[in-house]
Amino acid sequence: MGKVLMKGNEAIGEAAIRAGCLNYFAYPITPQSEVAEYLSRRLPEVGGVFLQGESEVAVSYMILGAAATGERVFTTSSSPGISLMSEGISYIAGMQIPAVFVNIMRGGPGLGGILPSQADYLQATKGIGHGDCRLLVMAPASVQEAAEMTMRAFPLAEKYLNPVMILGDGLIGQMMEPVEFPDDLKTEPSKKDEWATNGMDTRGSNRRNLIRSLYLDPEVLNQHNLELKAKYDRMQQEEIRYEAYNTDSDYEVLIVSYGTMSRVCRTAVDQLQEQGMAVGMLRPQTVYPFPEEAVGNAAAKKSCLAVASIEMSMGQMLEDVQRSVKGRQPVHWFGKCGGEVPTPEEVIEFVRSLTK
Amino acid sequence: MGKTFAKPEALSDQITHYCPGCTHGVIHRLVAEVIDELDIRGRTVGVAPVGCAVLMYNYFTFDFLESAHGRAPAQATGMKRVRPDLVVFTYQGDGDLASIGMSEIVHAANRGEKITTIFVNNAVYGMTGGQMAPTTMPNQRTTTSPFGRNVDEVGMPIKVSELLASLQTTAYIARQTVILPKHITRAKKAIKKAFQYQIDGRCFSFVEIVSTCPTNWGLTPVEAVKWAEEKMLPYYPLGEIKTPQ
Amino acid sequence: MQSEVMFAGFGGQGILLIAKILAHAAMEDGLEVAWVPSYGPEMRGGTAYCTVVISDRLIGSPIIRNPMHLVAMNRPSLEKFAPMVKPNGVILVNSTLISIDAGRDDVDELRVPVNEIAVRLGNVRSANIVALAAFAARARVVKMDTLRHCVKEEFASKEKLIPLNMAAVDEGEKAAAG
Repeated sequence: MGKVLMKGNEAIGEAAIRAGCLNYFAYPITPQSEVAEYLSRRLPEVGGVFLQGESEVAVSYMILGAAATGERVFTTSSSPGISLMSEGISYIAGMQIPAVFVNIMRGGPGLGGILPSQADYLQATKGIGHGDCRLLVMAPASVQEAAEMTMRAFPLAEKYLNPVMILGDGLIGQMMEPVEFPDDLKTEPSKKDEWATNGMDTRGSNRRNLIRSLYLDPEVLNQHNLELKAKYDRMQQEEIRYEAYNTDSDYEVLIVSYGTMSRVCRTAVDQLQEQGMAVGMLRPQTVYPFPEEAVGNAAAKKSCLAVASIEMSMGQMLEDVQRSVKGRQPVHWFGKCGGEVPTPEEVIEFVRSLTK
Repeated sequence: MGKTFAKPEALSDQITHYCPGCTHGVIHRLVAEVIDELDIRGRTVGVAPVGCAVLMYNYFTFDFLESAHGRAPAQATGMKRVRPDLVVFTYQGDGDLASIGMSEIVHAANRGEKITTIFVNNAVYGMTGGQMAPTTMPNQRTTTSPFGRNVDEVGMPIKVSELLASLQTTAYIARQTVILPKHITRAKKAIKKAFQYQIDGRCFSFVEIVSTCPTNWGLTPVEAVKWAEEKMLPYYPLGEIKTPQ
Repeated sequence: MQSEVMFAGFGGQGILLIAKILAHAAMEDGLEVAWVPSYGPEMRGGTAYCTVVISDRLIGSPIIRNPMHLVAMNRPSLEKFAPMVKPNGVILVNSTLISIDAGRDDVDELRVPVNEIAVRLGNVRSANIVALAAFAARARVVKMDTLRHCVKEEFASKEKLIPLNMAAVDEGEKAAAG
């Protein structure tokens, strides 16, 4: 199959199927309802399971239940819906079972708006649910990348027995771009009989499996949390992904930006280059784990005078950038959070203001 | 001579943590006997609730999945939809099912999920320490209704079985009790039917068990049985409320 | 080289569809492309607009304030977006519904009575295809052969509509030349 023109939301749905995930539970919410609409037609064609749940809360537990059997499963939602799902996500992380959640972010807080936003950054990377739980979070900047990240999410969730999140914004979901689904990202579900509650007969075993997150003994719970932390530390070692743009130049300013916002910044970097000003950009593709070392090293370059976190949120990523830069450079923030995506011109004006 | 009374294979050797006079032990045993008799232990997955029975998986010998408060029917839905060959049941108390999980149980029932729910109604929150539940009786004292349940303020107790029976989709809804030996055979029969309907892929099946909680009611086990007979059974009548056509 | 085309009109005029056909044709021509809709409550019957970005290299910002070209299917769209079009761009004006002009002397204003033409062809619903073809023929952002192919593909599941829409492409192309 060659390139096809698809909406991001539909591409995410198709990518999941191509990755071997045939189970989807969801609740409609703008701007990602097209995933559910697409899969409600497509999954029956491939013998999959589609179910519209009664709420995002219920859906997060349908995901939990399905994941507990060891079958691949995923859901999609948008900001307010993810807040509701965060309860279930915490349980899934605590129970150490694999599942994939897609958040096509819209503006907040509260109902906020329905236009693109990146205002769930902190929620996704640091505060998704109660307790010491983390998700592996990937942030696509194009429809193609959304599809590829979705395909990669399933084996990653199984590798870590932990939920993985695709953190896109409304534009990634709504935009159509050419996309192809690489065959080499097709994967088989990994071994699950060790842990899945899929019935002893299924495993041909007399040993029952138990999936839980309750550990009343404080020592045991502490040990459990140390185990989780070891997984998150391993993600830091093995899963960090980012793209560097124009970083071979002697840039005066380093931009850190991800998702749709990074595309605007890329245009700004190109235009500034034409105008004679070198600007580098680091685009985190994983926002948890965050490419801390890469950002720090890029900021340490001699020519670099300032660092800018440019995001469609009120400085949520800024904290990670500051942490990475470790005070070596001043770190500034620019962004908008109402659903209007900043223009390249606005980014250019801001970047220029940093070197005055 | 063979054994005339043995522990079901589906039950483990662990001694339960339940209080004297609590009915969970009896209900667990009935569920285990039914699973043995239907020979489904190897393909059954239980969904444990939040509440007194949160550790119930310690007492059974087949796969178990823990749940969050009220969400067991959603989890069971997820499991059963992706693995229709499994036998999936939830076991929930009144705070879990009739309060925080009302949405999940109503929608699972209304979709006709091919799962079984055992609903243990003892008119009080047990594990959290005797607070008022949606099924607490009028004027019943609890730690959060110290002057008795005031129905003018918080409404009448919810009859969950009747409520679920009002849904057009539902097919097997029964209410039984285990407070006296004479009730136990009927309760077991209902539980067995419920599992059988699931195995046959016929319907969502639901068995409410009217139960006692001497500890949180502040009564002796014997007084608790009497209280349940006098106060609860007239309001929560026993029998098959709905059976498949 | 990058060009951006904004399509605007009433909801129901088939704005998103012709934008998609153009994007598809550009993709078939081997170009990079992004189709960016406005979405939300305003999509339920009000003004609809949609931008297609076409480029010979990776597309940066898909959000365009000043498009290269505009296809205006109704008057409010022309009034709102004509001032934003870059100099030397093409503005296609649906002159059946729009009596005013674009008010720009630095653009190529192409006035085509697309509704009238579509009615003459037998179905006013093909007005959007007339507009698309007229615009594409004038602005030369995609090959006309590719566009024809993509129109056919779009209506593949409603085969009865293919002759009408192919005629609409022909008429649009003619109008652009005239």
